[in-house]
Amino acid sequence: MQNNLVQYIYGIADNALILGQRLGELCGHGPNLETDIAMTNIALDLLGQTRSYYQYAAKLTGNEATEDTIAFLRSEREYKNVLIVEQPNTDFAYSIGRQFLFDVYHLLMLEQLQNSSDETLQAIAKKSIKEVSYHKRFSLDWIKRLGDGTEESHTKMQNAINDLWTFTDELFYQTDADKAMVSEQIGVDVTQLKDTYYSIISDILTESTLQVPDLKYFQKGGKQGIHSEHMGYILADLQYMQRTFPNMNW
Amino acid sequence: MSEIEMKELEAIFDQKIANDEKIEPKDWMPEKYRKTHIRQISQHAHSEIVGMLPEGNWITRAPSLRRKVALLAKVQDEAGHGLYLYSACETLGVTREELYEQLHSGEAKYSSIFNYPTVTWADMGAIGWLVDGAAIINQVPLTATSFGPYARAMVRVCKEESFHQRQGFEIMMTLASGTQEQKDMAQDALNRWWWPSLMMLGPTDAESVHTEQSMKWKLKRKTNDELRQQFIDQTVPQAELIGLTIPDPNLKWNEETKRYDFGALDWDEFWQVVKGHGPCNKARMDARKNAWSKGEWVRDAAMAYAEKQELKLETA
Repeated sequence: MQNNLVQYIYGIADNALILGQRLGELCGHGPNLETDIAMTNIALDLLGQTRSYYQYAAKLTGNEATEDTIAFLRSEREYKNVLIVEQPNTDFAYSIGRQFLFDVYHLLMLEQLQNSSDETLQAIAKKSIKEVSYHKRFSLDWIKRLGDGTEESHTKMQNAINDLWTFTDELFYQTDADKAMVSEQIGVDVTQLKDTYYSIISDILTESTLQVPDLKYFQKGGKQGIHSEHMGYILADLQYMQRTFPNMNW
Repeated sequence: MSEIEMKELEAIFDQKIANDEKIEPKDWMPEKYRKTHIRQISQHAHSEIVGMLPEGNWITRAPSLRRKVALLAKVQDEAGHGLYLYSACETLGVTREELYEQLHSGEAKYSSIFNYPTVTWADMGAIGWLVDGAAIINQVPLTATSFGPYARAMVRVCKEESFHQRQGFEIMMTLASGTQEQKDMAQDALNRWWWPSLMMLGPTDAESVHTEQSMKWKLKRKTNDELRQQFIDQTVPQAELIGLTIPDPNLKWNEETKRYDFGALDWDEFWQVVKGHGPCNKARMDARKNAWSKGEWVRDAAMAYAEKQELKLETA
């Protein structure tokens, strides 16, 4: 059970880490100071959540595990984040699209996780809900602005949603560890969230004058540690210091 | 306005300055006072947002989660400083867009220190410790400057800057007490950032064109050379405490003056960087211009959306 729980935590926390890392790339390069500050805030929240989850996972793992060995010293196949959070900051519409498609899922998931029979996960979920509600409000407002803004922004936003749509189905895929944790009433049964998710997303897209993509084929793999080609580069940056200068205090 | 009325306004203004009263945006002020403040406050705001770049460079590579979060928060603070300094500047009748244009065209300056590259993690420590340290020395007197919005912005900026400085020093201290590789990294960063940090406090008094007028308006309370001396006297013992060596063979405690004597600064390098030919001037400006031009369609969309919403409210 312990190992399943650790794997389950990775499945949640790695999303926050990798999305936080992606948002960190944008700091100082936003379209204006206000969005720069807001997106950095989201990154800070996500990395804060990451630390809480990893500290718990480190405790469960024992030995010499710490939040940093978990964050920096796993191989690519050991990261269990979904593919959507790895997707690059192609432009502001992609960053917002990625955020929106993830935030809606993230909030639905946390609302269930706060009922977990695991007290630590319960507590982290409760704290995170407040933060993620704000993330969702931010990304949703921007979906509307870009979707129903100018012709150019509408096109860019639609393109981003079309491209990112293929990664949404994976959010509701369950690994063996997920299933084991659901049966223990520790984990969230994400399959139950799928309809609500697509219904919320469709409403917002429609309100924003955007089309809901009609796609039959989806990508998955992240939850099993089979990532997109972007992931190696993300980890090259993320792990650079720990790999170059092992076993040091910073 | 008659000449007599003008003289009266000037007299009231001068009296306020003499009494250490604040000048507020709606008060009458001489045109030169307004222009000087736009120049200085915007230069300060520009320094904050250009200053985000060299440190932002290390966000994705920070060596631990704790350091990553702290660095992100620090760079975000700088964006916040930029925001309220631009706002303070806007009270003087100039828009943020105009100020950005001045930055992008090279008409407005920003602190030259940010034109040096951040090549190792230790640079995050050195910037916090030295660059923020020098900035605080420059800025603390500004909390009592005559222009109200600037003085109030500086109170908040200084609080956060001193937090950043401690954070930077703590990074250096951790490195200096670490492995040989970490010590070398810390010493190398100090070697590279020391002289540019001293230059940050501005040209020597003899070469400083704005000092006299700025002292009168309390936009400056000490001369550049006085500030530089203060910075050196404060920083040398800190370096000694963590076992790092200041890269100046002429640095020596002077028993008589109770201050440190120090070697000559390379003013040719200073002017080269100020004039736009430092190692990263072009990269920094390209990054700023790029962010601004790539963001144009986003800002346009936000504007168009807001107008549509307003129209909906009106017709509802």
